[in-house]
Amino acid sequence: MIELDKITKSYGETVVVDGVCISLQKAGVTAIIGPNGAGKSTLLSIVGRILGADAGTVHIDGMDVARTPGDALARRLSLLRQENHMSARLTVRDLVTFGRYPHSKGRYTADDAAHVERAIGFLGLEPLADRFLDELSGGQRQRAFIAMVLCQDTDYVLFDEPLNNLDIKHGVAIMRLIQRAARELGKTVIVVLHDINIAAAYCDRILVMKDGRIVEHGEPAEIMKDELLSAIYEAPITVHRIEDRLVAIY
Amino acid sequence: MSPETRNKRVAAVCIVLAVLAAAAIVAFMTLGARGSWSFILPFRGAKLAALLLVAVSIAVSTVIFQTVTNNRILTPSIMGFDALYVLIQTVLVFFLGAVQVSAADPRLLFVAEAAIMTAFAGLLYRWLFTGAVRSLHLLMLVGIVFGIFFRSISSFLQRIIDPSEFLVLQDRLFASFNTVDSTLLGISALIVMLAVAVVWRLLPVLDVLALGRETAIALGVDHRRMVAVVLILVTVLVAVSTALVGPVTFFGLLVANLAYLAVPSARHRVVLPVAALLAIIFLVGGQVILERVLAFDTALSIVIEFVGGLVFIVLVVRGAAR
Repeated sequence: MIELDKITKSYGETVVVDGVCISLQKAGVTAIIGPNGAGKSTLLSIVGRILGADAGTVHIDGMDVARTPGDALARRLSLLRQENHMSARLTVRDLVTFGRYPHSKGRYTADDAAHVERAIGFLGLEPLADRFLDELSGGQRQRAFIAMVLCQDTDYVLFDEPLNNLDIKHGVAIMRLIQRAARELGKTVIVVLHDINIAAAYCDRILVMKDGRIVEHGEPAEIMKDELLSAIYEAPITVHRIEDRLVAIY
Repeated sequence: MSPETRNKRVAAVCIVLAVLAAAAIVAFMTLGARGSWSFILPFRGAKLAALLLVAVSIAVSTVIFQTVTNNRILTPSIMGFDALYVLIQTVLVFFLGAVQVSAADPRLLFVAEAAIMTAFAGLLYRWLFTGAVRSLHLLMLVGIVFGIFFRSISSFLQRIIDPSEFLVLQDRLFASFNTVDSTLLGISALIVMLAVAVVWRLLPVLDVLALGRETAIALGVDHRRMVAVVLILVTVLVAVSTALVGPVTFFGLLVANLAYLAVPSARHRVVLPVAALLAIIFLVGGQVILERVLAFDTALSIVIEFVGGLVFIVLVVRGAAR
């Protein structure tokens, strides 16, 4: 369970996250949506302890994120950031192997190697496994990073806009994969998304953020409403039911 | 590139470099030797030991510094670390007086200076590398300004200092690859070995740190603490090399970037030895060529700085174009 208590963060005068209190049950995929500057990524970074909150606490299965030793937390919680720039020259396999670091601290075993190969297979990266990251396209690189995060094999996985740089085929594949990881492996996934239709189609719960607060949360059917979405995005949005899906038109 | 061909290539590069380094060392010890070996060997041996220590400290300090700053253009000397060492030396002589400083045990003094420098560098540079400054160019500019600032204060103090004290100070500062300060060899060797031992234990952590702050934290590395540890190691190693041969600005940049090019691996257990071997080849081999083959008395540092400076410009231009 992830419990957030009065999380507040500001940059200078601007309050980015404003007293967020929420608890998320284990298992399932939760999407965080909202307009630009709503504080989605900041909130996710605080949960993933990349960023310190100005006030408030985050507990993951009862562990205070700010106080628990980093390596203990890294075996429970993994995080993929939006931008992943690095100067080191790595192959895909090198990168994915880093996902095992919290478990083996650099002394990689046969078990770790098996995890690495499974993660590479999961994302269909076998043909690229020995290529260097700087020789790949944006989408291929993104998949390599996702493989690393899955290789970390944690109960909780946070993704900050994982569909950036991905085309429809790979975007859908990643969302299916996230769904499968949650259903079959019992992982708890929180994912920041831009596309509300993707969120509605693939996630079990949706959190809606605006101006640093969570304004609404619930199942997709409760969120996918004309007035609610139009008010949040400050643009006319209508929701239609097409086959068995709710689709927002804007 | 498959893992097998990659390992083969790494092994091949390491062997070639090790052979070259060994050849340079043998040439340095034996070429143009006239007179009694019992004099030549200890005399050249001391110089060689100093060059080896300098090579290892510059290579290791530059590579681990670039790892924590996540950037292949910055080096400790570009960021003014060695200028800070010169400043501390100058301030010591200025305020304590040459008599006091000369009377003190040079090894004790060296340890004290290294300690002061570590404390200062810790205060000064830590905020730069813990995410307070995002822009690389701003960071570089700050470093260069710091370096100039330190050098200016040093030269100001050196101008108003008592002339006889200045002579003492000059003697302490103007070491070069030809006139190595050999009184500090023992303690320097000890410090370098300790530092390298710590780096060796940190190898897997360094690999993770190279992925950047966020990824390192997500993988469970205590980023703040590790950056502090690495910066202390860098400071100590820079203090050693500056104490032995004086400031060298671009040498570290040269060997670190050549090492990244030479081996198709980002792992520190490969890159660090390769960088150190390259540094040994350049310093020892360069000294042999200048002294014995070309019979020049030019300082090797001038040649190295010239080439290193060119590499620096190329890297900056290429980095800006990307």
